[in-house]
Amino acid sequence: MTTAIVNVFLKEGVLDPQGKAAHHALDSLGFDGVKDVRIGKQIVLQLETDDKAKAEAEVKEMCETLLANTVIEDYTIEIK
Amino acid sequence: MKVAVLRFPGTNCEFDTQYAFEKLGHTTELVWHEEEKLPADIDLVVVPGGFSYGDYLRSGSIARFSPVMKAVKAYAEDGGKVLGICNGFQILTEAHMLPGALKRNNNLHFISKHQTLRVENNDNAFLNQCEKGEVLNIPIAHADGNYYIDDEGLEKLEKNGQILLRYSDEEGNRVVVNGSVTSIAGICNETKNVFGLMPHPERALESILGSEDGLKMLKGFEA
Repeated sequence: MTTAIVNVFLKEGVLDPQGKAAHHALDSLGFDGVKDVRIGKQIVLQLETDDKAKAEAEVKEMCETLLANTVIEDYTIEIK
Repeated sequence: MKVAVLRFPGTNCEFDTQYAFEKLGHTTELVWHEEEKLPADIDLVVVPGGFSYGDYLRSGSIARFSPVMKAVKAYAEDGGKVLGICNGFQILTEAHMLPGALKRNNNLHFISKHQTLRVENNDNAFLNQCEKGEVLNIPIAHADGNYYIDDEGLEKLEKNGQILLRYSDEEGNRVVVNGSVTSIAGICNETKNVFGLMPHPERALESILGSEDGLKMLKGFEA
C-alpha cells in the first residue's frame, strides 16, 4: 500500500482571503514577525499499489482532473 | 422557447428558475444530473444556483463530472446556449466551459443582498434587452463569488466583449463586493453562447419584491 499526501494551495499572486484573515488575527494577538500566511488543504490518499512511481503518476492525474483547480491552485504530492 | 433546467443533489434554485421562464411564457423541463441526454428541441440550458454536492472540495468541482454535463458540453460546442447562475457559474468555470475561477469572497462572508450591477456588454444572446451602461438591481447570494482570471485572460475578455456585468453603485461606478477582478459579476465564453453570472436574475421578477430587472435579462434569450 502507498500513502499519497497532496497539499493544495492558491497560487503565488492569487490573493488568499483566509490566509490574510488569519494573518490579521495573528498580528492583533501580538505575534510579531509573521510575514505571510497561506491556508491550503491537505488530501491524504491510500492507494492499493506498492509501485511508488505509478502511484505518483496516478495522483498527479487526479490532481489535474479533480483535486486541484489549476487555474488558481498549485499542488504538491508526497508519496510515502 | 423550451428551457432545460439542470438539477444536481444540492441544487436549490431550480424551481425559481422554472417559475421565471414560465412567467415569461416558456416551457421548462427539469433534468436530473444522471441523465446522459438533454431533452429534444430545447433552446436553452440553465445550470441553476444552489450547493451542488455540498460545495465539497470546491464549489462546482464535483457536479462538473455528472453525466449530464457531458451532454451540456456537447450542446454548447454545437452552438447551443447555456446559462449558469451562481453555483451554475461555478460549475461552468470548473468544467472549463467559461474561463477563470470563483474563489472565496475576500471578506470570507456569505453575502446575501440586493446589488446594483452595470451592463458592460449587450451584443450577445443574453443581455440584448439591456442598454450598455445600464444599472440593474439583482440579488446576490454567495460565499464563493470572487472571480479570478490572470491578466492575460482579463485582457482577452475585455477585447472580445466577454464581460457581461460588473458590481457597481447606482451611478454605475465599480464597487468592491467580493474581491472579484475588476468587480466582474458575469462573463461569457469567446463564442458568446455560454453565460455565467453570480447574481440571481430569477429572484428579481416583481417590483413589489424589490426589482423586476431579472425579467429583462432573461427575456434576452427570446431574441
